[in-house]
Amino acid sequence: MKTVGIQIPEHLTGRAWVDQPLRKTGLALFGIGLLVFVVGATGAFHSVPALYSILSLGLGSAGALLAVLAGRKARHPGIDHDGIMFSPLKNRKTIAWVIGVVFTGFYVLLYWFPDTLAHMTVAFDPLSRAIRGKAADRWFLYGTLYTLAVLIMGVRMLIKYRHSRYQTLRTISVMFFQAVFALLLPGLLQLFNQPEFYFHYFWPLKYDYLFPSKLSTLFNGTALAVFMGFWAIVIAFIGVPILTYFYGKRWYCSWVCGCGGLAETLGDPWRQLSDKSLSAWRVERWMIHGVLLFAVVMTGLLWLNSAWEGAVLGSLSYGFSRTYGFLIGAMFAGVIGVGFYPLMGSRVWCRFGCPQAAILGIIQRYFSRFRITTNGGQCISCGNCSTYCEMGIDVRAYAQRGDDIVRASCVGCGVCSAVCPRGVLNLENGPVSTRLK
Amino acid sequence: MKNVVIIGNGVAGITAARHIRKRSDDRITVIGSETRHFFSRTALMYIYMGHMTYEQTKPYEDWFWKKNRIDLVHDHVMHIDTGEKKLHLASDGTLSYDSLIIATGSLPNKFGWSGQDLRGVQGLYSMQDLEAMERNTAGIDRAVIVGGGLIGIEMAEMLRSRGIDVTFLVREESYWNNILPPEESAMVNRHIRDHGIHLRLSTELDAILPDDNGGVRAVRTGGGDELSCQFVGLTAGVHPNIAVCRGSGIATERGVLVNSFFEANLRDVYAIGDCAEFVATDGEKSHVEQLWYTARMHGEALAAILYGERKAYDRGILFNSAKFLDIEYQTYGEVPAKLEGLQSLYWEHPGGTRAIRIVYDEGSVVRGFNLMGIRYRHRVCEQWITEERTVPHVLRQLGASNFDPEFSRQFERELVASWNAQHPEQALHLRRGRGLRLRRALSPKRSSEGASA
Repeated sequence: MKTVGIQIPEHLTGRAWVDQPLRKTGLALFGIGLLVFVVGATGAFHSVPALYSILSLGLGSAGALLAVLAGRKARHPGIDHDGIMFSPLKNRKTIAWVIGVVFTGFYVLLYWFPDTLAHMTVAFDPLSRAIRGKAADRWFLYGTLYTLAVLIMGVRMLIKYRHSRYQTLRTISVMFFQAVFALLLPGLLQLFNQPEFYFHYFWPLKYDYLFPSKLSTLFNGTALAVFMGFWAIVIAFIGVPILTYFYGKRWYCSWVCGCGGLAETLGDPWRQLSDKSLSAWRVERWMIHGVLLFAVVMTGLLWLNSAWEGAVLGSLSYGFSRTYGFLIGAMFAGVIGVGFYPLMGSRVWCRFGCPQAAILGIIQRYFSRFRITTNGGQCISCGNCSTYCEMGIDVRAYAQRGDDIVRASCVGCGVCSAVCPRGVLNLENGPVSTRLK
Repeated sequence: MKNVVIIGNGVAGITAARHIRKRSDDRITVIGSETRHFFSRTALMYIYMGHMTYEQTKPYEDWFWKKNRIDLVHDHVMHIDTGEKKLHLASDGTLSYDSLIIATGSLPNKFGWSGQDLRGVQGLYSMQDLEAMERNTAGIDRAVIVGGGLIGIEMAEMLRSRGIDVTFLVREESYWNNILPPEESAMVNRHIRDHGIHLRLSTELDAILPDDNGGVRAVRTGGGDELSCQFVGLTAGVHPNIAVCRGSGIATERGVLVNSFFEANLRDVYAIGDCAEFVATDGEKSHVEQLWYTARMHGEALAAILYGERKAYDRGILFNSAKFLDIEYQTYGEVPAKLEGLQSLYWEHPGGTRAIRIVYDEGSVVRGFNLMGIRYRHRVCEQWITEERTVPHVLRQLGASNFDPEFSRQFERELVASWNAQHPEQALHLRRGRGLRLRRALSPKRSSEGASA
C-alpha cells in the first residue's frame, strides 16, 4: 500500500541554524568523558580517584552541558518540535535501539552484576566522601548519574520551554528535589549517622517504608528517625490524599518525584513514543492497578506476619516481598522503566507500573479539583496534544468534543497545553462539581 | 432505512456522519479520494515540519468507522446523476443514495498568473498538495510565497523549518490587514521579519519565470524585481471545490448554493463546509464560510436538521484562532479591521508579541475581543458579548476570561490601567483572581462551563 504523508527527507541531516560547532564540541567532550568512565571499569584509575572523577564525570558533564546549551540559539522562544518525527534517535531507529540496550544493560549490571561496576564507583569517591564521609558504592554511583542526568537535561528543558513559566518552575522543582532530597540530604543523613531516608518517596512507591521491620527500626532510633517514621505514615495516608485533592497527582508526579523528574528531563526527547491507542489504555488500567494490589497485599501480609509473630505466614510474606522487589522494584521500575525510554517513551513505569501513581490516579479521577479544561470550541483536532502526551492520553479526543480531561493517568506535565497551537487546553484547579466528564 | 451518502471525508463530512449516526440507524457512506481515513487538515503543516506523522493527525483510530457503521469508500466521484440518485465513481462503480451531502471543501486560488502551472508552483490545501510540496522543496534553498493570509504564513513557517530562505510577497501594505486591525497586523509584520522571513509588503506577483526544464527559476514582482527561487507557494486564498456538481443540475455559483438548512436547489441534496455558498437573504449577502470551525458546525447542524429539529443554521457569536509563527491569535465576536463607528481599548506588551483588544460600541457595550499571544476563555467572552455587557463590567472581572497557563504573567491590571488613563471619570477597580475561581465567584449559579462544540 502506498504510504500517505511524507517520507523522512534525506537532506534533513541536522538543523543548520543550531549552533553546530558548539554542539559537536560538547558531544565530543561527552564522548571522551564516557570513554574514560568505561575504561575505568578495568581498574586503570584505581589509585587516582580525583583524576578519574574529573576526566570522566567532570568532562562528560561539561560536554553534555555544552551540547545542551548549544540549543539555546536554536530558535525564538516557543514550541521547538521541528524535525522530531524525522529523527532516528526519537523514532525507534537503530540508534534508539542501541541506546535502549545501553540503558537496559546498565540496569542489569547495577542490579545483578554489581561487581562489574566496582572500579567505576571510584570516580564517585571524592563526591561521596564530601557528602557522606565515606567511599562510594554502586547506589551512590547510580544516584549521582541519575542526578546529573536530571540536572543537565533539566537545563535543556529550561532552554526549550523558556517561554513557559509553568514548565520552567516545574523543571526547577524536579531538579531541586532530585539534587537535594534524593542525593544531598540522604548523604548528609549518613554523614551524621542517621538512617538514610528519602523524604520525597512514600509507600507504596518506596514500598518498604511501611514494612513492619522498617517502621520498628525507625521508631526505635533517634528522634530524627522517629520523625521519619511518622513522616512515612502521615504523608502516605494524609499528605498524599489532601495534596492530590487540591492539585491533582501532578504535585507529585511531575513536580517532586524522582522517576517523574527523570522522565521529564532525560526522557523528554522520547515523550511522543507513548502508545495512544484504546487497547494500550486497557492494558494500562489492568496492569497499574494490579501492581497496586500486589503492593497492598504484600504489605498486608508482612503486617499479619508481624502480628502473628511469623507463626503462619513466615516464609510466604517474605517470598512475596522478594518477588515484588525483583519484578516491580528492579525489573519494571529500572530495567524497563528507564531502559525502554527510547522505545516506549518516558513514562512506561509511571503509566503501567507505579503503585504510587495508581493511588494518586484514583484520587485524581474521583476526588480531585484538578482537570484540564478545554477552551470552548477552539480545538482544531490537529493532534499535537495527543502526540506529545507522555502518558499516552488521547487528549484530542476530549478537546475536540469540548470536554474536560479528567483521567487517572494524567501527571499534569502541562505539555499538551504548551504545544496546543490554539490555546485550547489549560490545567486548572476548581470545584470538583465543575469538572465535565 | 435511508441511504445517506456523503461526498468528502473532511471535517464537515465526517462530523455530519458522526452526528447522523448518533441520531439514527440509517446507512451512512462517506466517499473520499484524498486519504482513506479522516485526518486533520489543520495539521498538514506539522507533518511537513516533523512535529507529527500522518498517523498522528487522524482524530479517530481506524477501528472507529466500522464500530460506528460508517462505511468509508476510498474513491472519487466523477458525476452525480440527480435524476437516478446515483453517483458514478472513478473506479467505474456506482453508488445510489437517498440523501446526498456534498462536503468537497476547497481548492487553492490561482489568478491566471503567468507560470502558475510550472513544476514547483503550488498551493497548500490537501494531502496531495503536501506530498507535492515535499517533492518540490527537496534540496532547494530559496522559495517565494505569494498571498498574505493564514496559509501563506504557515507555509513560510514550514519552509523555514527546513532552513529554506523564504520571501513572502503580500499585496496589501500590511499582513492580513483586511482582517487584522493595524496594530495586530503590524505586530505580525515585525514577528515575520524577526523569524528571518523576507516580508515584502505592497508587492504583487507579476509573473513566475520558468527555467529550461519546466521548473521555476524566479518570480517577477509588480515592481519589476526578479527574485530567484526554486519554489513558489500560491496562498492567495481558496475557493469552493464544486467540480463534482458539473452537469448534475445542482445550482452553483461560487459554491453549491444552499439555504440556511443546507438544502441545495434539488430535493435530498445538501452541501456543507467550505463548498457551500449560502444564498443571499434579506439581512445578508451571499457568502461562504471556510473555517475548520464552521465546517464542523455545519456538519453537526445538518445532522440535527435531518434527524432532529428542523432549525435554521445559526453560526452564533463568531470566533476564530490561528498561530502566526510563535504568536497565538484568538478572536471572539466582532473585531473589524477598520473600526468604523466602533471603538476599542488596545493594550500591547512592550515585548511586542502580546496584545489585547476589546472592541465596543458608542454605548460602551462590548462587541469583540482580539488576543495576541494571550489566551482567553471562549465561553466567558461569548457570554459577555451575548449578554451585551459594558466595558466597565467586563474590565472589572477580566480575570475570569484568563485562560493562560498557571504562573503566566497576567495583564488584566495593565488593561484596566490603560482604560482608567483614558477615562479618568469612569476609573475602575479590577477584581483580583482569574480563571475558574473568579468565574465561579461571579456566577455561582452556573454549575458548568458547558461546551458542546
